Parts: sequence; structure tokens; C-alpha cells
Amino acid sequence: MYGFKYHRPQTIEEATKIFAACEEGSYLAGGHTLLPSMKQRLAAPTDLIDLADISSMRGIREEKDCVVIGALTKHEEVASSELLHNAIPSIADLAGNIGDAQVRNRGTMGGSIANSDPAADYPSAVLGLGAVLVSDKREIEADEFFLGMFETVLEEGEILKEVRFPKPEASVYKKFPNPASRYAVVGVFVARTMGLVRVAITGAGPCVFRAREIEEILTKDFSAEAIRNVRLDADLMNDDMHASADYRANLCVVMAQRAVRELI
Amino acid sequence: MAIKVNLKVNGEDASSVVKENTLLVDFLRENLRLTGTHVGCDTSQCGACTVHMDGRAVKSCTVLAVQCEQVEISTIEGIGGADNLHPMQEAFRECHGLQCGFCTPGMIMSSIDLVRRERELDEDIIRKGLDGNICRCTGYHNIVRSVQVAAKKMRN
Ligand SMILES: Cc1cc2nc3c(=O)[nH]c(=O)nc-3n(C[C@H](O)[C@H](O)[C@H](O)COP(=O)(O)OP(=O)(O)OC[C@H]3O[C@@H](n4cnc5c(N)ncnc54)[C@H](O)[C@@H]3O)c2cc1C
Ligand code: FES
Ligand code: FES
Repeated sequence: MYGFKYHRPQTIEEATKIFAACEEGSYLAGGHTLLPSMKQRLAAPTDLIDLADISSMRGIREEKDCVVIGALTKHEEVASSELLHNAIPSIADLAGNIGDAQVRNRGTMGGSIANSDPAADYPSAVLGLGAVLVSDKREIEADEFFLGMFETVLEEGEILKEVRFPKPEASVYKKFPNPASRYAVVGVFVARTMGLVRVAITGAGPCVFRAREIEEILTKDFSAEAIRNVRLDADLMNDDMHASADYRANLCVVMAQRAVRELI
Repeated sequence: MAIKVNLKVNGEDASSVVKENTLLVDFLRENLRLTGTHVGCDTSQCGACTVHMDGRAVKSCTVLAVQCEQVEISTIEGIGGADNLHPMQEAFRECHGLQCGFCTPGMIMSSIDLVRRERELDEDIIRKGLDGNICRCTGYHNIVRSVQVAAKKMRN
């Protein structure tokens, strides 16, 4: 790992100010994506700006129609949150199956979302529930947020503060994990609210996406049988040593069916 | 460049001046000579480097020493010694939970956190709970047994 300067701001304002003054700064949250990339020299920031002391970015609270999770909240805190187990259990379940126990004790929700890894779990809940992402500058709709592989609409130096997840009537996340890393080969998040169904798929493409065809069918007929013959376009899928594009296209439907069965 | 970090390791003040890019595991092994914590992969996969950070199991190869400001670290050296083994160490010894022993410090630190975290400890939960620790010798059966035996003792 190359050398860098280390900063530990106490507030968001201080953090963005430091970022603006650096040559090539990078925010540090749980470090469980950034530090491995720095070891491999895939990332070489001149300055690390550790967000750890910004306590306003941590914690889980319930508002009228939504649950708000601070970006710095660790996967383990989400997985063991009583509040989430009652309000939106699918998010607690998703967080409890990220990586392994040690990863969950360090990794944060905000880091996972800001990073937009094609195989990350959290983006599927953000898009599947139609969450609102709150940064230091603005509020962003989930449908606008993810742009591509490791790419979001967050601008240079913009900090993701918290995410507002609307409470659905029912939701579930079904992941087919890579047996070694436990990242999603395919993960499908299905949410149902007032008859409307949203289906967000991670792991399959360059970044999380909504399966509109499946959503339309499920909105009319919420059954696993109804989507059995859907064929997603394999040309849009990732193809790598873990799974071929055809396999992933098929797996999306299989996992969506499993999700639906669990919700019925 | 270097920076001061204030932390405790195994109950004692270990505040030091470290280079920013020093990993916690290197700080423990090289600066403090606490070589019980091992490095198996250095890529966050194997769990041999697991220590407790404020009581929670973490991979010390994926934490910077400077991130440990005002933190309490405990390592395998801090939980028990040859004359007063921790119940988890005792159980690994009794149940043959180790062969070469390379993964064992990390396995034990993870297992202690697992017993703290989970109320029920059936075989599935133990295996899933130790997902982040790889052992190339034992085939895991005896590790599962060790954790079950230790959990009973720790809870009595
Ligand atoms: C062995 C292993 C297994 C894993 N398995 C899984 C898995 O199964 N599923 C999964 O989803 N993930 C998995 N991960 C990734 C893990 O969840 C990471 O913790 C997470 O993706 C990144 O969060 P972090 O807090 O560690 O972010 P960091 O590594 O600190 O940061 C990641 C990136 O996001 C930026 N960033 C962080 N926070 C903010 C913020 N608030 N605002 C703006 N930018 C920010 C940083 O600048 C950096 O570019 C795994 C990681 C490891 C090491
Ligand atoms: S050395 Fe840290 S996980 Fe392998
Ligand atoms: S005992 Fe040899 S690696 Fe586990």
C-alpha cells in the first residue's frame, strides 16, 4: 500500500472541506472495499478522510412511513436491529448475510451503496424499496442513483449521509451467494406496496437494475408460476469465471420465483 | 510521515507513533511483537488475523492502526496463557480443534465473538458464524465440537 495522509474530521462540513483541499482524497468508512483495493494498488489516494467520528451519520431511526439508516451504520448493527426486524425485516436479513461476521463488524451501509459494486447486496434494497438517498447536498431517488459498475451520481467529494427506506407491505431478498466470497452471483429484492411490485436485481449486470418485465407480470398476478417463462436478455448480464451470462439470466428468474414464493 | 494513535492492547496502554499505512496486524506483530495473530492471506479472506476491536471480531489485516484511536484491542495473547487457558482454548485442545495451529488464534477469537453474539448455537449456526475463518487441516468437525463444548463452559 502506498503512503497517504490521514485525516479524522468531526463533522461533515470539515470532511468536505478537507476533501476539496486534497490532491486525490478518498473518504474512508469501514475500509472493507477501499483498503483491499489500496493493497492491490487499484486505488492510491493521497489522503484518506476517515468518517468514523461523524456520529450524526450513524444509527437507525423510524419515521412515519420509513426507516432512516445512517450511512456509517455497520452491517452487523443493521442485522441485529430490533427496529428493522419489526419494520423492514428484509434489510436486516440482507445485512446479516453480507460476507462474514468480521466483514459485518466493519463494513458500512453507505460504503456499500456509494461503491456500487456489481455484486453488492445493499443496492438491491435501495432500488427495490425505492429509497431516497440523502447526501450533504441533496436528496436523490433510488431510480436515479446507480449509473454503472462502481459508478453512482455522487459527485467528487459528495458524502452520502443517510438513506430513507419506505416501509413496504412485504419484501424479501433472495441471494445466490458465491460460495467463497459470499458476494451475490445473483440477488433479487422483491417489494410489494399497495398492489405495486418492485423487483431489483444485483450481481447479474454491471450494476443493480429493475426487472420491469417481471414487475409488470407480478403486479397483475403475484405468483411464482406467472413469471416462470420470462427470459431476461443474456446480453445484458455479466459473464465471468463465477457464472456465464446465460446462467445468470436464468438464475434471475429462479431467484425471483423463490422470493415470490416466500412472500405468498 | 507518522501519526500518534492512542489505543489499548490487551488491557495495557499501547499508544504509539505509527506510519499512516501501517496495518493493525503489522502494528501488533512488528511493533508490539504479539506474533500470535497470524497473516494467512492479507486479502481479507482467511481470518487468521482476527482480533477483537472493542469486543468485536475483525480482520486486523483490513484495519489501519490509525483507525484504532481510543479503541481496545484484544489478541490471542490477551485472553489466556499457558497456565490459565480461556475456556475456548481449553476446548480446542480437548476436542482436537487444531492440527497445524495456523488458523487457530483467529478461529478462537472469532469463536469467542460468536458465543457472545448468538443465543442458540447449533452446528449450522456455528459453521455459518465461522464463515470468515478458513482452516486447511481439520475439516472443521472438531472445531464445531470445540465451540459447542466451550460455549457450555462460558455460559455456566
Ligand atoms: C471478504 C469480504 C467479503 C465481502 N462480502 C460482501 C458481500 O457478500 N456482499 C456485499 O454487499 N459486500 C461484501 N463485501 C464488501 C463489504 O460489504 C464492504 O464493507 C462494503 O462494500 C464497503 O463498505 P465500507 O464501509 O467498508 O466502505 P469503504 O471501503 O470504506 O469505502 C468504499 C468506497 O465508498 C466510499 N464511501 C464510503 N462511505 C461513503 C459515504 N458515506 N459517502 C460517500 N462515499 C463513501 C469510499 O470513499 C470508497 O470509495 C465484502 C468485503 C470483504 C472484504
Ligand atoms: S490475513 Fe487477514 S483475513 Fe487473511
Ligand atoms: S489447524 Fe491447520 S489451518 Fe487450521
